[in-house]
Amino acid sequence: MDQRGVLITMLGMLVVTYLPRVLPLWVFASRSLPPHVATWLRFVPVAVLAAMLLPSLVLVEGRPSFGFDNLFLWAAIPTFVVAWKTRSLFGSVIVGMVLVAGARFVIGIG
Amino acid sequence: MDESGVGRSVAARPAWLRGVVRALPIAAGYVPIGFAYGVLARQGGLSLFNAVAMSVIVYAGSAQLIAVGLFAAAAPAISIIVTTFVVNLRHLLFSAALSPYLKDWRKGALAAFAYELTDESFALHSAQFPVEVPPKTEVIALNATAQVSWVAGTLCGALVGGLFADVKPLALDYTLPAMFVALLVMQIRARLEVVVAIFSGLLAVGLTLLGLGHWSVILATVAGATLGLLLTRLRPSADGELA
Repeated sequence: MDQRGVLITMLGMLVVTYLPRVLPLWVFASRSLPPHVATWLRFVPVAVLAAMLLPSLVLVEGRPSFGFDNLFLWAAIPTFVVAWKTRSLFGSVIVGMVLVAGARFVIGIG
Repeated sequence: MDESGVGRSVAARPAWLRGVVRALPIAAGYVPIGFAYGVLARQGGLSLFNAVAMSVIVYAGSAQLIAVGLFAAAAPAISIIVTTFVVNLRHLLFSAALSPYLKDWRKGALAAFAYELTDESFALHSAQFPVEVPPKTEVIALNATAQVSWVAGTLCGALVGGLFADVKPLALDYTLPAMFVALLVMQIRARLEVVVAIFSGLLAVGLTLLGLGHWSVILATVAGATLGLLLTRLRPSADGELA
């Protein structure tokens, strides 16, 4: 495909990406939702964050990995504790990064 | 500069600057990943203009990386577009979940907000909005900072191409996973949410192992939110604030 074709394809990608981003906001923000729908939506953030996060920690190249070489998984535990205790986003991210960088530097894994 | 700046409260900063600062964890993750995308896009045969244009007009990390692979493999346009649609369908849930908090916003502002709605900006907003919806300027500045960092990373990667800098020694590749851990923790306000998080997380792992790919996040989210709703209805007293 030539560069013009790539650009046209990207315009198609824009449409199919943008419509799911904007339509629910346009449709729902202007009206009050039935209580069941509102309650359901309140669980979406916690559900979707867990659904995106856990596979990224537990699966390495598509397979479960619980060994110590799975740095992302083990570093998540102290990161979790810091987030729980301090409620600080920056603090948690820094702790996680320092642990991963440190483990790579000291033990040379991951 | 104000010498006592360290002690100033966060609230004293202008709204746009608060937005920029709150986006910094995202930016720290987006620059290196955008860089990697930029390198791969050029290697996959995209022109410099198109490589950067995709970060400007599509702005969806995982879909962009997948699309670059498909462009390189000379896949037909329609299959690239359909794949992008499936990979990005989860934004439907992000948009719906944030809608109750933005009732005061006009359609134009919602359109601008939605354009820069990503996994990471959603994660930040969904933790913040239930507490208090910040001024529009702060919200839009946060989103814009994230996209600017993504585009800047892309541009650098697309320009230097093969001179691949290793992000591992600085653990920049752990910025976004660590941010998701922290934001997930901050979502937890009641026991019911712990149940929903564990259920959705394990279900997503299971569905991924079964080969459902990008559907697994959507299915696990729908199932998890439904479980949360059912449990709320079954025992409305257990989590009064959620009923």
